[in-house]
Amino acid sequence: MSKFKKKTDGGIPAISTASLPDIVFMLLFFFMVATVMRENSLKIKNALPVANQVEKLDKKNPVSYIYMGKPSSGYEKFGTESRIQLNDQFAELSEVGAFISAERAALREELIPFLTVALKVDKEANMGIVGDVKQELRKVNALKINYTTGVGDAMTNMN
Amino acid sequence: MAKRSAPEVNAGSMADIAFLLLIFFLVTTTIEKDSGINRKLPPIEENEEDVVIKQKNIFTVLLNGKDQLLVEDELMELKDLRAAAVEFLDNNGDQSCTYCKGAKDPSSSDNPDKAIISLKNERETSYAAYISVQNELVAAYNVLRNKRALELGSEKGFLDTNFVQMQKNYKDVRFVGNKTKLKEVIDQIKVEYPQKLSEVQ
Repeated sequence: MSKFKKKTDGGIPAISTASLPDIVFMLLFFFMVATVMRENSLKIKNALPVANQVEKLDKKNPVSYIYMGKPSSGYEKFGTESRIQLNDQFAELSEVGAFISAERAALREELIPFLTVALKVDKEANMGIVGDVKQELRKVNALKINYTTGVGDAMTNMN
Repeated sequence: MAKRSAPEVNAGSMADIAFLLLIFFLVTTTIEKDSGINRKLPPIEENEEDVVIKQKNIFTVLLNGKDQLLVEDELMELKDLRAAAVEFLDNNGDQSCTYCKGAKDPSSSDNPDKAIISLKNERETSYAAYISVQNELVAAYNVLRNKRALELGSEKGFLDTNFVQMQKNYKDVRFVGNKTKLKEVIDQIKVEYPQKLSEVQ
């Protein structure tokens, strides 16, 4: 009968936290590995649209990034129209060509034809500026482009 | 000398240190997006000679400043665009395309090789709308290529793999099948349904 009698020796035992460091380290390593330090600090709003027919950007080939979007808070003096950002600063349309030349100059010669230009454009930007940049890219013969997007249902972009 | 055992180091604060680092990395992490729609811009040609393209081989998609979609001069909802583009590409008007399953309507495109989708936009068009339309048009090509891949695949020994899957397999280093053969199939499909999408300024 006394088999089922609860042993009454001092309440609930404390949960061992000895494995807590292990768990935390595991998470730590995950984030350390997954972290990519941002190359450029963005001065513009850059919420990318989504699409579902995406291809992975080939990282084996060199990639240059061109950002476009409205200046974010703190940079209101640059206006409310969409602007281009190259590297770390706002740029004019005429600087796009020079930027591509500079990117090419930093590459090994055999890789130059494989340079892809990734356009990271805010979804609220309008096509005028994107079209202008595309035209500039054509002028310097940088024809491989990639519209960087998130992965998701494209129908949700419009609202 | 009295033998003294080394004192045990207290590891109680280990968790705190690890948490500190963890929180730092949590805050700084931005998982970079590296996927997107690849496009090739047309080169600027010095000698602009007009290539004559029959009107019936051009599928005009116009996205106006209010993000309204005009397909072949008619208003269309975005969700219907994919089906319309598939129908146009797969039409096979001159019946030279043996693998097409289209309506063979003589007033629509001749064959997938001649069919061109022309995407126009205005300056006020929003980028989100533009990407959505691009996405649907790429999807239309993928629908046809997937269908073709399933047919060809069963002949060439790649059962139940559609075109998108084939491309993924081709890039996958762990893929065990015959890659040169796979490449042949992929290239054949790309020739049979070439992506002719022009972006007019």
